[in-house]
Amino acid sequence: MSLSATEIWAVILALGVGTFLLRFSFLGLGGASGWPPLILRLLRYTPVAVIPGLVAPLVLWPAATDGSPDAPRLVAAAVTLGVGLWLKSATWAILAGAAVLTAMLRLGL
Amino acid sequence: MARSTRAEAFRRGVGDGAPFLLVVAPFGMVFGVIGVEAGLNLAEVMGFSIFVIAGASQLAAVQLMAEGAPLAVVLATALAINLRMAMYSAALAPHLGSLPMGRRGVMAYFLVDQSFAASVLEFERRPEMSVEDKAAYFFGVIAPVCLPWYVATLAGALLGTGLPPGWGLDFAVPITFLAVIAPMLRTTAHVVAAAVSVVGALALSVLPWNLGLLAAALAAMAAGAAVEIAAERRAVR
Repeated sequence: MSLSATEIWAVILALGVGTFLLRFSFLGLGGASGWPPLILRLLRYTPVAVIPGLVAPLVLWPAATDGSPDAPRLVAAAVTLGVGLWLKSATWAILAGAAVLTAMLRLGL
Repeated sequence: MARSTRAEAFRRGVGDGAPFLLVVAPFGMVFGVIGVEAGLNLAEVMGFSIFVIAGASQLAAVQLMAEGAPLAVVLATALAINLRMAMYSAALAPHLGSLPMGRRGVMAYFLVDQSFAASVLEFERRPEMSVEDKAAYFFGVIAPVCLPWYVATLAGALLGTGLPPGWGLDFAVPITFLAVIAPMLRTTAHVVAAAVSVVGALALSVLPWNLGLLAAALAAMAAGAAVEIAAERRAVR
């Protein structure tokens, strides 16, 4: 990490304050919400709109291999996604993906 | 009488929150390990989990900081992941909005995926609950979710300092994110939003400062909402 301690703490505190304000927004106003339903509908999709796009380049072009796709990471990603979809459990998905990745890296596949 | 229903609501909250331990404990540990591996010290890792208390955005921030993204992009991306919490806040406001401001502030700090999901379900199932009982239930859910979050982060950070390199830990972030996202792909609208996000982010990856990701995320949100609206129209007809 090339950031200074000040910069790191600036990120932590700004993200903390920003996240708190998002959580406090409507609760702070009290009572019924005044925002249009379309906005609330858009907000519902933020995790699935941001995280897959963040993950895709990390899976296809991993930094550990200088950006060239490699089999262990692609297979581990596919297994994680598959187990997560199948069992609806993040914990089992992490365990399955980590097990496959470790096994393939150890075996030198 | 009121006191005993409140205690009962709190206990019910604890019971409904307890299963989330299985998600929170490993996720907190993963964040602790990754934070240390990325070069954060113990105080900084704990700072994230205590001040932000939102795992996915914490991971995203650490990943982007390690990649050397500008701080404005780090913040914009991490906050975008947390935009959903404004939606949680709106959904709970009609139930909890009449509480004193101070208590609402404390509840807002603890408004995480798990406390929202359990509370919204409970408040819809038992509309007769008083606002005090609803608050007690909410705090009951938090107890087995948020306290373990801090402890698990600490355990992960301590563990991370002792781990040897070469365990493929570089890939812990993508695996954790994929595991978090997969169970969320419940409807066609969620799948379409995720697909637009992936295609958009890859296609726009040439843009500087990860701006492609933010553009793709906006398009993906619009796509998800559009598919949902279309599905509702079809259902009405």
